[in-house]
Amino acid sequence: MNARFLSYLVKRLLMALLTIFLVIAITFFVMHAIPASPFSSEKAKSDAVIAALEAKYGFDKPVPVQFMNYLWNILHGDFGLSTGWVGNTVIDLIIGGFSYSARIGFTAGLIAIVMGVVLGSVAALQRGRFADKIIQVITTALVSMPSFVMATLLLLVFALQLGWLPSMGNQPGGLILPVISLSLYPMAYVTKLQRSSMLDVLGQDYIRTARAKGVKNSKVIFKHALKNTLTPVITYAGPMMAYILTGSMVVENIFSVPGLGRLFTNSMLRTDYMMIMGVTIFLATMIILMNFIGDILYKVVDPRIELG
Amino acid sequence: MSEAKKPTNAPLNLRKEGKPFKNPLSLQIDPALFEKASDEEKAQQVTMRESVSFMRDAMRRLRRNHIAMASLCVILLIALIAFVVPTFYPYTYTKQDVSAQNLAPFQYSAKEQAKIDRGQDVFPHIMGTDALGRDYAIRVIYGTRISLLVGIFSALIVIIIGIIYGAISGYFGGKVDMIMMRIVDIIYSLPDVLIVILLSVAIKDWVSTSKSELIARLGAGMVSIFIVFGLLYWVSMARQVRGQILSIKEQEYVLASRAIGASPARIIRKHMIPNCVSVIIIIAAMQIPSAIFTESFLSFLGLGVSIPMPSLGSLASDARTGLRSYPWQLIFPALSIFLIVLSFNLLGNGLRDAFDPKLRS
Repeated sequence: MNARFLSYLVKRLLMALLTIFLVIAITFFVMHAIPASPFSSEKAKSDAVIAALEAKYGFDKPVPVQFMNYLWNILHGDFGLSTGWVGNTVIDLIIGGFSYSARIGFTAGLIAIVMGVVLGSVAALQRGRFADKIIQVITTALVSMPSFVMATLLLLVFALQLGWLPSMGNQPGGLILPVISLSLYPMAYVTKLQRSSMLDVLGQDYIRTARAKGVKNSKVIFKHALKNTLTPVITYAGPMMAYILTGSMVVENIFSVPGLGRLFTNSMLRTDYMMIMGVTIFLATMIILMNFIGDILYKVVDPRIELG
Repeated sequence: MSEAKKPTNAPLNLRKEGKPFKNPLSLQIDPALFEKASDEEKAQQVTMRESVSFMRDAMRRLRRNHIAMASLCVILLIALIAFVVPTFYPYTYTKQDVSAQNLAPFQYSAKEQAKIDRGQDVFPHIMGTDALGRDYAIRVIYGTRISLLVGIFSALIVIIIGIIYGAISGYFGGKVDMIMMRIVDIIYSLPDVLIVILLSVAIKDWVSTSKSELIARLGAGMVSIFIVFGLLYWVSMARQVRGQILSIKEQEYVLASRAIGASPARIIRKHMIPNCVSVIIIIAAMQIPSAIFTESFLSFLGLGVSIPMPSLGSLASDARTGLRSYPWQLIFPALSIFLIVLSFNLLGNGLRDAFDPKLRS
């Protein structure tokens, strides 16, 4: 690890931390710009009760003081108390939901990358032939389908019409459909990326050299080409994380999975501001960190790339 | 000196007539030695083909791309249906008919059947009706209209803000550029969908108390989508335009233009903007499907347009309750959004192929 890389790493890390801070600030000030108090929507509470509740949650202090307190608490892993699920802390609810979402999201991401790399490589190697055309048509169709369309159509066909798989997330095998609906879009995207990067690499001189000296075709592909085609896929890690996390909001609702996405949409229904803030910050942090890791890995695996 | 360029015996004649000595290689020429070109000879000098401008060249390539042209036709057709059909359609998207709930496509309710039996004309429910007995076709058409409007307006917002920001940053360069691009970097790394959701939640409250009828009709989701597009989505456009301007600025023809005293306004108008057009078109075309995605996603979560205005996302969401019995209520909006996004994606690919100079062979 040389000095230039280290300075890039530090710069990129500072940038990520700044972005996380900004997300916290935006979240906090946007939520505090709402005129209604989180307690005003609930019926039949005397002013004294509301005042007491506001004092309990610290809503009676000046906004900048509240912000500093909120920031300080977040740094200690304390996202406050949920007002929609009374008696629970936000962080406990987030962790509880995240254990589901992480399982679905991780599996979906893994499937997307593995399948995408395989399909993309096949398409590139079969360029212009039938397999390539079929893969291109399918990926073009898949990237034009929003996550909720995909999920509801899968639910309709495989759970309701054919009855092959359960429609609810808590039944055995119930996570198969959510995972598939979350993985199809990123899979199609990775396939497109992998196809163009494979075509690019196969046209390089060193591949021709390897072929010229008589290296077996399979060895050319697996040893020489494949490794170098994976760099664009790495940069997609961050956007894929963003897609899966936001996609899980609709998918978890459709398949009734008690994950983070459903928690988030439910907290909007219950106007649980602490929860909305907590989940937004949590999800944003995950996405920003994934972008950061993707960027760094990209530079690590391909030293030719200019350090920005 | 080549044989052809050597003067023939004419200069020798000059010397003979006692005129001063002239170097045979001299560029001093005697007009008397020339004869006028005939019309036929002039015609040979005319360029055989009109010069083809970049725009026209790109448009020609686009026209040759059958997939892109087909998707353009589909988009135009959808737009025509979405904006013309509601003007004469016999049903409205709000009119409820309790006796005609959840009808299948082309099915009539008992009341309507009685009317037909009496010999009256009843317009068929092409896509059936929803759970409140509203004609589904007109609701899908209105939803399509919302999607198209979101796509077009977001592209406009992105184009206007992106170009101005990118052009200023690229043209002035130096410190201004550095600060403006750092801001872009930060905005670029913000998770946009989360910010949209957050703003929709916050704005929902404000919209419900708003006096403005337009805002109330559009709904919190729509207002926040446009705010967020205005705040966040222009960054990739700004980046690309800036990059383009930076490289154009260094070109010799800009230097030449400046040397002969062209004003900055003229340079921007004549040299910078025409050279950015391809980038602008490509980025705007790519932005439209993602804007339509975001709107339908928010409407699906219940943060988009306000009731009773339908959106393709909210229609799909409502269809979930009766999914087992009335699957067409999902199929129609799903198909519609798929068709719109697919056409815009394919058109975007075609535009990129036609306008990206790097891909020109």
